[in-house]
Amino acid sequence: MADWIAQLWGTLFNFDDYGALLLLLRNSILAGAVLGVVGGLVGYFVMHRDLAFAVHGISELSFAGASAALLFGANVVVGSLAGSLLAALLIGVLGTRARERNSVIGVVMPFGLGLGILFLALYQGRASNKFGLLTGQIVAVDSPELVVLLTVSAVVLVALAVLWRPLLFASVDEDVAAARGVPVRALSIAFLLLLGLATAVAIHILGALLVLSLLVTPAAAAMRVASSPPVVVSLSVLFALTAMVGGILLALGASIPISPYVTTISFLLYLGCRIVGARRRPRGARLHWAR
Amino acid sequence: MVIPSAGSPAPALELSAATLELGGRVLWRDLDLRLAPGEFLAVLGPNGAGKSSLLRAVLGQQPLASGAVRALGRPITRGREDIGYIPQQRLFDRDTALRTRDLVALGLDGTRFGPGWPSRGRRQAIDAALERTGLLDRSRAPLGLLSGGEQQRARISQALVSAPGLLLCDEPLLSLDLAHQRAVSDAIDGHRRETSAGVVMVTHDINPVLGLVDKVLYLAAGRHLVGPPTDVLRTEVLSDLYGTHVDVLNVHGRIVVVGPPSESGSP
Repeated sequence: MADWIAQLWGTLFNFDDYGALLLLLRNSILAGAVLGVVGGLVGYFVMHRDLAFAVHGISELSFAGASAALLFGANVVVGSLAGSLLAALLIGVLGTRARERNSVIGVVMPFGLGLGILFLALYQGRASNKFGLLTGQIVAVDSPELVVLLTVSAVVLVALAVLWRPLLFASVDEDVAAARGVPVRALSIAFLLLLGLATAVAIHILGALLVLSLLVTPAAAAMRVASSPPVVVSLSVLFALTAMVGGILLALGASIPISPYVTTISFLLYLGCRIVGARRRPRGARLHWAR
Repeated sequence: MVIPSAGSPAPALELSAATLELGGRVLWRDLDLRLAPGEFLAVLGPNGAGKSSLLRAVLGQQPLASGAVRALGRPITRGREDIGYIPQQRLFDRDTALRTRDLVALGLDGTRFGPGWPSRGRRQAIDAALERTGLLDRSRAPLGLLSGGEQQRARISQALVSAPGLLLCDEPLLSLDLAHQRAVSDAIDGHRRETSAGVVMVTHDINPVLGLVDKVLYLAAGRHLVGPPTDVLRTEVLSDLYGTHVDVLNVHGRIVVVGPPSESGSP
């Protein structure tokens, strides 16, 4: 029994030659850090706009795009970007109301996932390439890929900074924002496209199935413990960074994909925030609030 | 067209021969209305008479079939900073990650690009708007934990923070208790008196604001009437408007309209 546990521990955490590995995988760590910042910021609006399900839908189409690229020998990042943006446009144009949007996502998502699985089944190359798209991988970040990831991330960050206030206005208070001349419909589609870019970047490290842990969980955790926008945004970025970089550092020596480490850290942070938040907002507050 | 000058300030709101159609149906036709600065207009009428559509037309969200609207001396465009808007009450979700003052801040500069940095002037403007509705002590409370009445007062602060010269309110008193109705109408009236802002309030019940109202616009059956409340809210006048007999009763100082088609109760 003790042997078995020691063996499992050795599989999960292996810090032999850690210094050399750090040096070798510094690109992955850099990509993880940038992705943490992007995820924490995008997640803030995903939560305000109630788009968690859309994240999942977009990531499955992004996966389909990436596996098509793998099959046809095209650039995988370009493939995932194409899939993401197509999904974002579909959801943005067809789903104006929340209910309608969810059914569009529910229809598009399994179709995307099915296509992706078809392309992967036809693909004759290395099996780890296939698995990596679904569950993420640490070695996938080679330098040309890194440049694309950093560029796309920069585009998302700059666009978010510029659109910040009108996007927040449209997200939390749509009627008044529209009355004050904020183009709420255009912003809705613009944000979905940004979300598509962030998702396409994230699936290369985290995998299509697990991007929610970056684009939803950190912001959701932050919102349990704070309501001041600067505090929520800072915490969200901090949580996402901790999960991404922490996950990569823990996973470095192990032969397991990084996503379980990232999702676990992310989840534990959320759990902690729920416990702290439950004290902060007592249940009795509901009575006071009810009409 | 009158050119506004210092001696004669432009009307807060001016509709000339305005006609509004929605889905091929004429809601109101040839509406002429002039609201001087500091005047309070109550818009009354049954559901579907085009009361909220009037506000949408003034906000530039609903084009007129014909005629013209001008606010504060300028034609309507979308996103006018000098027009404030208070929507029908819709409660914020309990988990909304926003404080009371953040909602007010969106009213101040939420339409501008960039993340927005804190400044002394910004903070003071937000505090002053919260003071106006008596919400300053709830400034940092999570919005979702405010009571319905407090949330509506926060909305008033949000609309007042940009010091609008024309304030449009869509049923702002709906489902509020008497104390909150009082707080909301006092805040709106205070702003009107201090800044000579025009106020347009859509309401199904004129009684809470009867003492403040200068003019009434009554929309019904594709027709309309404009005038002081004592001229419009009369049995023979409303009977003529509806084309059927209705009674306007004065019950202990409250005005009640009885018997209009598709509606009963208060005007």
